[in-house]
Amino acid sequence: MSAPSPVSQTPPTSPSDDPDVLIRVRELSIGFDGVPLLEHLDFDVLRGEVFVILGGSGSGKSTLLKHIIGLYEPMRGHILIDGQDMAGARGESRLALLRKIGVAYQSGALFGSMTLLENICLPLEAHTELDREARELVARMKLRLVGLSGAEHQLPSALSGGMQKRAAIARAMALDPMILFLDEPSAGLDPITAADLDQLILRLADNLGMTFVVVTHELASIDTIADRVIMLDKESAGIIAEGEPVWLREHAEHPWVRRFFNRQATEAA
Amino acid sequence: MTTGEAGLAWDEAADGLVLRLAGRLDAHSVSRVWGQALDGLHSRAAQPVRIDTSSVEYCDGAGVAMLVDLLRQPRDAGAAVELGETPEAVQRMLAPFDVRDFQVADTGSRPPGPGFGRQLNEAIHDLGRHLYHQVEFVGEATAALVNAARHPAQVRWRDALRLAQEAGANALPIVALIAFLMGVILAFQSAVAMRQFGAEIFVANLVALSLFRELGPLMTAILLAGRSAAAFAAEIGTMKVNEEINALTTMGLDPVRFLVVTRVLAAVAVMPLLTIVADLVGLLGGGLVMLSFDVPLVTYFQQVTNAVSLGDFLGGLFKAAVFGLLVAGVGCLRGLETRNGAAAVGVSTTRAVVSAIILIVIADGLFAVLFFHLGI
Repeated sequence: MSAPSPVSQTPPTSPSDDPDVLIRVRELSIGFDGVPLLEHLDFDVLRGEVFVILGGSGSGKSTLLKHIIGLYEPMRGHILIDGQDMAGARGESRLALLRKIGVAYQSGALFGSMTLLENICLPLEAHTELDREARELVARMKLRLVGLSGAEHQLPSALSGGMQKRAAIARAMALDPMILFLDEPSAGLDPITAADLDQLILRLADNLGMTFVVVTHELASIDTIADRVIMLDKESAGIIAEGEPVWLREHAEHPWVRRFFNRQATEAA
Repeated sequence: MTTGEAGLAWDEAADGLVLRLAGRLDAHSVSRVWGQALDGLHSRAAQPVRIDTSSVEYCDGAGVAMLVDLLRQPRDAGAAVELGETPEAVQRMLAPFDVRDFQVADTGSRPPGPGFGRQLNEAIHDLGRHLYHQVEFVGEATAALVNAARHPAQVRWRDALRLAQEAGANALPIVALIAFLMGVILAFQSAVAMRQFGAEIFVANLVALSLFRELGPLMTAILLAGRSAAAFAAEIGTMKVNEEINALTTMGLDPVRFLVVTRVLAAVAVMPLLTIVADLVGLLGGGLVMLSFDVPLVTYFQQVTNAVSLGDFLGGLFKAAVFGLLVAGVGCLRGLETRNGAAAVGVSTTRAVVSAIILIVIADGLFAVLFFHLGI
C-alpha cells in the first residue's frame, strides 16, 4: 500500500464541535504489550446516529470497539461516553456507565445453558428491582422487537446464526441502553437475513432513538444503515477516512478507501 | 406527585377513573409504581380506567412493559382499561406491540413436559442409543489400534509423546506424593496393630503385596482418571463444540484414529511406568515408618523381596496398562459424545472422570477373580 495519506476531509456537516456528542474519542492510542495498533484517534459519535467503524481484516476494528466499551485499557488518550471517561471509571460509576451501553458480540455470546428468555432476563435481574413476571414481560417484548416471539424457551444452540444475532441484540437492549454496540452483526449471514438485520437496526434507531456503533465491512449494510463512518487502516495505524459513506465513495482521497467502497481488488492482485 | 421519580395518582372523572402516571418510567424506578398500579386496578375491577401518561418525562422498555401489563389485565364487563392522553414518544415506544399478544393467561412458562410413559420410553431409547455408541466406539478404537500395530508409521508419534509427557511425566510429583503417603499410612496403621503380636516385620509383606498387587495400579489409575481422562474429554469436547471434529471428518481423517489412538497409546505406555514409581515410593514411605519401629531398612527390603514374586509385580503392571487403556478410552469417548455449548464440555469432563473410576474398580474386581483362578 502507498504511504499514508492525510485523513479525508469530512463533509461540511462535521460534528466535531457538536454539543450533542455521545461518545468523544480524543488522542486515543490502543495496542497490546506496549506495541501500538492504532494511534492518535480522534472522532465523535452523535446521539441517535448509526456510526460505523470500517477497515480491512486486522485493522483493529473489533479491538477499538473493545476499548470503547471498556474491556481493554487504552495506552493513551480518552474515551468519553456521555461525558464520563470509561477508562477512569471504577466501582459504581463504572457500573452506571456500563448500564448506558449494550453490546452484541460477533458470535452472539448467548449463554448456552440458558433459554433466550433467561438470557435476556439476566441483566434485568442484575440491574433492576423488577420482579420475575415483570422481567419476563420485558424480555418477551424485547424478543418481539427483534422478531423472535415464540422462541422464548429455545436454547441458543437450537437457533440459526441470524436468530442468535437477533437474540444477542435483544439481550443487549434489555436495559434500554443509550448506545448499542454491534460487532460484525451481519457476518456469516445470508443476504436476506443480513438485510433483515439492517432493517431491524434502522427500525430500532428510528423508533427508540438509540445510538448505534457498528463494526462491519459488509458494503451493503454500510450503504443501508450508516449515517457516518470512520475507516481504520493497519499500515497508517489510524483513521484514513471519516464521513458519510456516499460522500466518501465519491470524494475519498485515499486510494484504499475508494477501492473499498467500489469493491476493487488491490493493484497487485 | 413529584417529578423525576416514577409516580402515580388516581383521579375520578365523568367517564370513570383516571390513573395518572408521571416522572421517569424506566427500568430503575418503574418497579416502585408497577405493583401499586396493578393493586389499584385489581381493587377497582368494576370501573373503567383511563391511563394518563401526559406527565411522563421519560419512558423506556420497562415503562412500556408496565403499560402493556396494565392494559392486559382482565376486567369486568364495561370496565376496560385504556390509554388516554399519551405523549408522542410513548406512543412510538408502544407502537410495535399489540396487547393481545401478551395476554395474562400466557404466563410465558415452559411448555409442560412429556408424561411418565413417554419419559420412560425416551430413557430406554437413550440407553439403547448410548450403548450402541459405546460398542461402536470400542469397535472403532480396537480397529484403529490394530491398524496402528500393523502400520506404526501411520501413528502420530509426536502427538503421542506430547500426550505421554502430559499424562506421565507431569503426573509424577502427584503420583509420588500420594504413593508415599499411602505407604506411610499403610505401614503405620498395620504396624501399630501388629506390634501387639511382635509381628512388625510382616508389615513389609503387607505393604509390598498391597502396593504391587492392588494399591499401586489402582491409585495411579484413579489419579490418571482425575488428570488425564478429564483433560482428554475437555480437549476433544472443545474440539467438538468448535467443529474441529467435523473438520477432521470432512478432511477424510478418522477422528478415532487421529485423536483416540495417540491418547490410548500414551496412557497405556505411561501407566505401568507411573505404577512402578508409585510402588517404589510407597515402599520407601513404608520403610521410613518401619525405621521408627526399630526395623532397619535392610531387613525391611529383604522382607519385601521375599514377599513379592515376579508374578505380583508383572500382574500389577498388566493391570496398570489395562487401566490406562480404560481411562484414555473413556476420556476420549466422553469427549466425542459432547453436545453443543460450553456447559456440555463440563458435563463430558465430569462423566469422563466418573466413568473412568467406575470402570477401573470393575476391572480391578475382575482381575482379582482372574488372578485367583490363574494362581497369580
